[in-house]
Amino acid sequence: MDREKLVELFRQMLLIRRFEEKAGEMYTMGKIGGFCHLYIGQEAVAVGAIAAIREDDYVIASYREHGQALAKGTDPRKVMAELFGKATGISRGKGGSMHIFDAEKNFLGGHAIVGGHIPVATGVGFAIKYEGKDQVVLCFFGDGAVSAGAFHESLNLAALWKLPVIYICENNFYGMGTAVTRAVAGQDLYLKSSAYDIPGELVDGMNVLEVWERVGKAVERARHEHIPTFIEARTYRFRGHSMSDPAHYRTKEEVNEQRKRDPILTFQKKLIDEGVLSEEKIQEIEKEIKAVVDDAVEFADKSPEPPLEWLYEDVYV
Amino acid sequence: MPVITYREAVNQALREEMRRDERVFLMGEEVGLYQGAYKVSQGLLDEFGEKRVIDTPITEEAFTGVGVGAAMVGLRPIIEMMTFNFSVVAMDQILNEVAKILYMSGGQYKVPMVIRGPGGGAHQLGAQHSHYLEAWFAHIPGLKVVMPATPKDAKGLLKSSVRDDNPVIFIEGELLYGTKGDVPEGEYTIPLGKAEIKRKGQDVTLIAYSKILLLALEAAEDLAKEDIDVEVVDPRTLRPLDETTLLNSVRKTNRAVIVEEGWGFAGFGAQIAEIIYRKAFDHIDAPIERVTGADVPMPYAKNLDRAARPSKKEVIEAVKKVLYFD
Repeated sequence: MDREKLVELFRQMLLIRRFEEKAGEMYTMGKIGGFCHLYIGQEAVAVGAIAAIREDDYVIASYREHGQALAKGTDPRKVMAELFGKATGISRGKGGSMHIFDAEKNFLGGHAIVGGHIPVATGVGFAIKYEGKDQVVLCFFGDGAVSAGAFHESLNLAALWKLPVIYICENNFYGMGTAVTRAVAGQDLYLKSSAYDIPGELVDGMNVLEVWERVGKAVERARHEHIPTFIEARTYRFRGHSMSDPAHYRTKEEVNEQRKRDPILTFQKKLIDEGVLSEEKIQEIEKEIKAVVDDAVEFADKSPEPPLEWLYEDVYV
Repeated sequence: MPVITYREAVNQALREEMRRDERVFLMGEEVGLYQGAYKVSQGLLDEFGEKRVIDTPITEEAFTGVGVGAAMVGLRPIIEMMTFNFSVVAMDQILNEVAKILYMSGGQYKVPMVIRGPGGGAHQLGAQHSHYLEAWFAHIPGLKVVMPATPKDAKGLLKSSVRDDNPVIFIEGELLYGTKGDVPEGEYTIPLGKAEIKRKGQDVTLIAYSKILLLALEAAEDLAKEDIDVEVVDPRTLRPLDETTLLNSVRKTNRAVIVEEGWGFAGFGAQIAEIIYRKAFDHIDAPIERVTGADVPMPYAKNLDRAARPSKKEVIEAVKKVLYFD
């Protein structure tokens, strides 16, 4: 991968990290309401995977989707404004944190029922094939979803009908407060797709280049051979399930151990060691990103709430 | 005018809309090779092929979601529920995806799909195969709900439903498929959201939809022999409901009886009654009567199955009650 692209991957992960940290602050200040599920620690999965697709490919995700939205190119201003519930939000303030949609970027949303969007992703794959196009679909979900019927039903259809969908499970080892060891029979999640004759792959979700490379191969298989893939990307979230979760079900020691695998810090070190990044360049990027995030907050702050008439709009076309 | 069966009418609508628009496809259990569990999709696989008439495994949740995804990116799915009893398995998709995506996305994505199939069940099918769930669907903002009672309505309304950019729940009837009626030749559609006066009258407004409309019409004919002139109004679309036609009728007759085949408590008829009470209170001369199915799981035994459903006798008694003729 060329230098420019490597730096871009780093920049994107850092943008997501700083954006999410800011979102956490804003939530604590009461500017973001409801549920807010932060992507901190998992950045390499969204960034690596989305770097492997084209702009006209589709992405769909769960309620922990700010990272995917930003990686797909959604304007950080519009994401922050959506979190703040403003009229200028990408979903016009009607969706909130869990329902970030960006049709211009082919980002099919944020969905709040665990596993509920996996059939929807399968349908997009169906449509692509129906129209004879060559796009692919990336469908992100967590370890919590692999026990849901919708997951199994969808993989069955994708294999039966040979659909161009890449199903990416971000295994962060916890479904809310329930460790994956307490929820799932068969800890190697990537093996579950073999029941449907779908190749299942284990990927280090903390390594952005590995994610990019392996998803890239799956994308080629999907695009040219209509073979779906199931990827288990092992990762970790450094914060709780949501802003309301103090995460008492994990030890501080465990979290600190996992922080050593921070995808951004490890990638940063690699790029410095290889002479791709310097400390100065990193500071420059940090500064630029801080400006982007601060600008997003200012934009969201200054934006108006949705007009009351919007309450009844978009119920029907 | 040709007289055809309700089944044939639905088949024609499917065929015509699939010919008209390449983006329309039919997906569901047994719709293709089997020619449809109730033969509604007979011949469609032959004409349109496997790409557009798709047999599925028994996975309502997944294939309903497939419809959502396909609709979001520009296709126009017709998802068949073999019966609406099985739609409950897909209820999460229907409630949380089908009905909500337009709103949650701030209008960015629409879901132009039709979920169709028979509701209500036939006789002696037992507790799990006999549900009338229209109230569940009509309760959800974002969905349109259509329940045609005649072949003409079925064809015209299904064509409109396929062309509607909103998701439509289109509930047919197992015991309606064999019924016959006039269906105009050539291209026609019937708009959603418009009720129809199936029988003009002066004395009482009898409101009924789907299969039980036929019973209501029979009751009206019997009552005519006793010089009671019943106006029978068929909402046809439950959501959006044509309140104007219903209320105009009630303001004219001053009396209302609502007949529905499903459970009474929190049934759709309760909503119709509430609208009449709220908007035409000064026009009604008697409390509204509702005739409904028994509030019990549907039993198997022939006599109990029959007793669980509204009878013509009950409808006639209800009409006489609002006329204070009892």
